Amino acid sequence: MIIRFFHNMGSPRYFYNVAGKMIPWFMTSFLILLLAGLYYGLFDSPPDYQQKDSVRIMYIHVPAAWMSMFIYVVMAVSGLISLVWRIKITEIFVISSATVGASFTFLALATGSLWGKPMWGAWWVWDARLTSELILLFLYLGIIALHSAIEDKRVAARAVSILALVGVVNIPIIHYSVEWWNTLHQTASVTKFDKPSMDISMLIPLLLMALSFKLYYGAVVLMRARAELLERDRNTRWVLEMVERDVK
Amino acid sequence: MNDFLAMGGYAEYVWPSYILAIIILVANIVAPMLQRNKTVTDIARKIRRARNEQK
Repeated sequence: MIIRFFHNMGSPRYFYNVAGKMIPWFMTSFLILLLAGLYYGLFDSPPDYQQKDSVRIMYIHVPAAWMSMFIYVVMAVSGLISLVWRIKITEIFVISSATVGASFTFLALATGSLWGKPMWGAWWVWDARLTSELILLFLYLGIIALHSAIEDKRVAARAVSILALVGVVNIPIIHYSVEWWNTLHQTASVTKFDKPSMDISMLIPLLLMALSFKLYYGAVVLMRARAELLERDRNTRWVLEMVERDVK
Repeated sequence: MNDFLAMGGYAEYVWPSYILAIIILVANIVAPMLQRNKTVTDIARKIRRARNEQK
């Protein structure tokens, strides 16, 4: 049954319809978790004993930074599948993920800057964590630019997939940058092989926001993929038939 | 309420973070909607034109 599901998902028309049904579920659960996360993050969690209320930036900054890496890995895996099996849907997932990934990377950098100013006294420092995250943004932007520069979208997808795969070396560098180098950025508090060193009252909003961002990505990547697929398949029978039904 | 908005003196850093997050989240929802609507309108226009030529 699972095999048949993946087989059917390879069909553009089937994917388009199923994705259309999945989006509202992702959106609704995203909104519920987001509101819960915002409630705990802004109202029902204590100020940090050192950083006071500026710690609330963390509930945006950390989930956004996690997403920037998570989406990159999803994109690279889609790229690998595209290169090996030439599946159109995964090709579309690569470029659809790139725009959302770039957005989260930018958000992580911008909120980091807004947090860095009051805590470190500088908007930006060239430490390993910040620099490697900036490289991640350039990788995303490079992928978007490369994709739009190549006319033939099948060729573009292959070029972009290769770039995504090469860039994946940056992901462990970002994660371990705070351990390998002496950085101003603090080390991991949650994603480590030990108990999270954070109080539960702060961990709850952080994890709620992180999960809501994952669901958001699910919704948005499917929306993008549908839009992209429609554009690419605009001259195929399934698209023409579908639009024709609505044209009076 | 004013205490809440003041964010312990960090309002100018906390609120821009949240507002920026919301702008980015909304933009990523709106952009694919516009893109899809545009494609559907384009295709529909072509279909109408083809029909008119047949008549």
